[in-house]
Amino acid sequence: MGVEAREARQPWILLSPALVAITLLLFVPLGFILVYSFWLRTATGADVAGFHLDNWAEALTDRFYRDILLNTLKIAAITTVVCAVAGYPAAYFIARSNRNKGFLLLLLMLPFWVSYIIRTMSWINILGVSGALNSLLLWMGLIDEPLAMLYNEATVILGLVHFLMPFMILNVFVSVDGIDQNLESAANSLGATRVQTFISVTLPLSLPGLAAGGLLCFVLAAGTYITPLVLGGPRDAMFANLVFEAIITQLNWPLGSALSLMLLAVLGALVLVYNHFLGMAQLMKGMG
Amino acid sequence: MNRGMGWSLIRFWTFLVYIFMFLPVAVVVLLSFNASEFGAFPMSGLSFRWFVELARNEAILRAFQTSMILGALTALISTTIGVLASLALIRYKVPGQNLISTILIAPILVPEVVLAVALLLFLNALSINKSFALLLAGHVIFTLPFVILVVQARLVSIRRDVEEAAMSLGASPIQTFFSITLPLLLPAVLAGGLFAFTISFDDITGTLFWKPGGVETVPTQIFAMLRNSISPEINALGTVMIALTVGLPLLGLAIARRMSANSGG
Repeated sequence: MGVEAREARQPWILLSPALVAITLLLFVPLGFILVYSFWLRTATGADVAGFHLDNWAEALTDRFYRDILLNTLKIAAITTVVCAVAGYPAAYFIARSNRNKGFLLLLLMLPFWVSYIIRTMSWINILGVSGALNSLLLWMGLIDEPLAMLYNEATVILGLVHFLMPFMILNVFVSVDGIDQNLESAANSLGATRVQTFISVTLPLSLPGLAAGGLLCFVLAAGTYITPLVLGGPRDAMFANLVFEAIITQLNWPLGSALSLMLLAVLGALVLVYNHFLGMAQLMKGMG
Repeated sequence: MNRGMGWSLIRFWTFLVYIFMFLPVAVVVLLSFNASEFGAFPMSGLSFRWFVELARNEAILRAFQTSMILGALTALISTTIGVLASLALIRYKVPGQNLISTILIAPILVPEVVLAVALLLFLNALSINKSFALLLAGHVIFTLPFVILVVQARLVSIRRDVEEAAMSLGASPIQTFFSITLPLLLPAVLAGGLFAFTISFDDITGTLFWKPGGVETVPTQIFAMLRNSISPEINALGTVMIALTVGLPLLGLAIARRMSANSGG
């Protein structure tokens, strides 16, 4: 074999373990649950192979599933908007601060290292019946009885915003930081006010980062099932909780497959739209 | 530079956002030193008693051991596979590079619940039941994209001419790899490994699907304990985890800086 042929083969040898692992442990399993979602689970617990549309009919027409899917998307949307509105100014500040940029970025990375379950449950210490806020209000004499602030949809959203905020800030930061500041100076010297400059120069140029952060927040929020279990009430189940119920509790694996694929289809469509308009490169920038 | 009122407002807002991100975590650490019987305010004094309780709790110690072994094995496998793939993407012109990159990060793009279900049901069909092996396979597959992203970012900055010099002086490719490339790569390898370890150590979503009955990792143990009520012990465990998952990467960062400073980079 010639030197050139060997050169050409080398990268494939290096890539093959990763590609084989992802194919065998992700793509093939996804194909498998697609097939599996057309099987039936009988009352005795046996699987009936074949092409049955029952699971899909149930997943797509049952009001219960549809309502929870819509509610899940609503919670993810609110979370994303709150992260964007609250996180954008912070990201802008970090990108434009001269002295403390490195320090602020390091601080921003720290929450990524603090366990998700710890950050989620930490709100119980703050908002619980004997938590910090109730203790403070009681001590100040503003209330006589502790308030029940936890275990509702608002605290689920709060937990998600707390978890996802760093993702948003980091992505917007990467975008704002990459803007040539001469463009802003040029707009200023041509008579634009600071607000005009921001709206017509900075904001449009930072949209790719905002979109990348938004996509990450939305997809991660819509796929969560721990946060509603820790911070939500009995009626705050999200779609991933239904998947968990079907698979682990009811052991109805064909139905669980159909529900999983439904979630994948909705969120996958979003990723495809994003990819079509902005490409995956922007997403990599924020994560690398 | 005079940036005016708006700038002050933005600075104040940023301050509030940082408070929002850190205050709840700080409260966990604070309460873990609470002397009182209940994990709540008002605090009745400082004490290490909950850390002592923690060290005596068999279930937690077992969970800790499981998490450490799982994290270390995940880091080892994921980093090895990930470094090889990153080398291929950075060092060679591969046809279809974009498609390959997308495939390699696909595990992040698929919601973790879906990934967890697919892997569980598929391996079950192959008669591989919930087990440590399934847990390990799952952790490797979803840490891999993060390792590849981190390692790639570091690899770009390593110059290739040193390797070429070694080769032209008669070193074989394998000699060159072990005496030149690997030492230069080491910061990237360490960074990738630490990243994989922390992600694995922290994971709960996939782990709850994959873990065999009776086996707990630290996050699933905390989750199970939360079912009862929040106890000072959970806060103490949280503090230990924060010390571990924040301390380790900071240590890694310091070592990486040290090494790149020594190698004159």
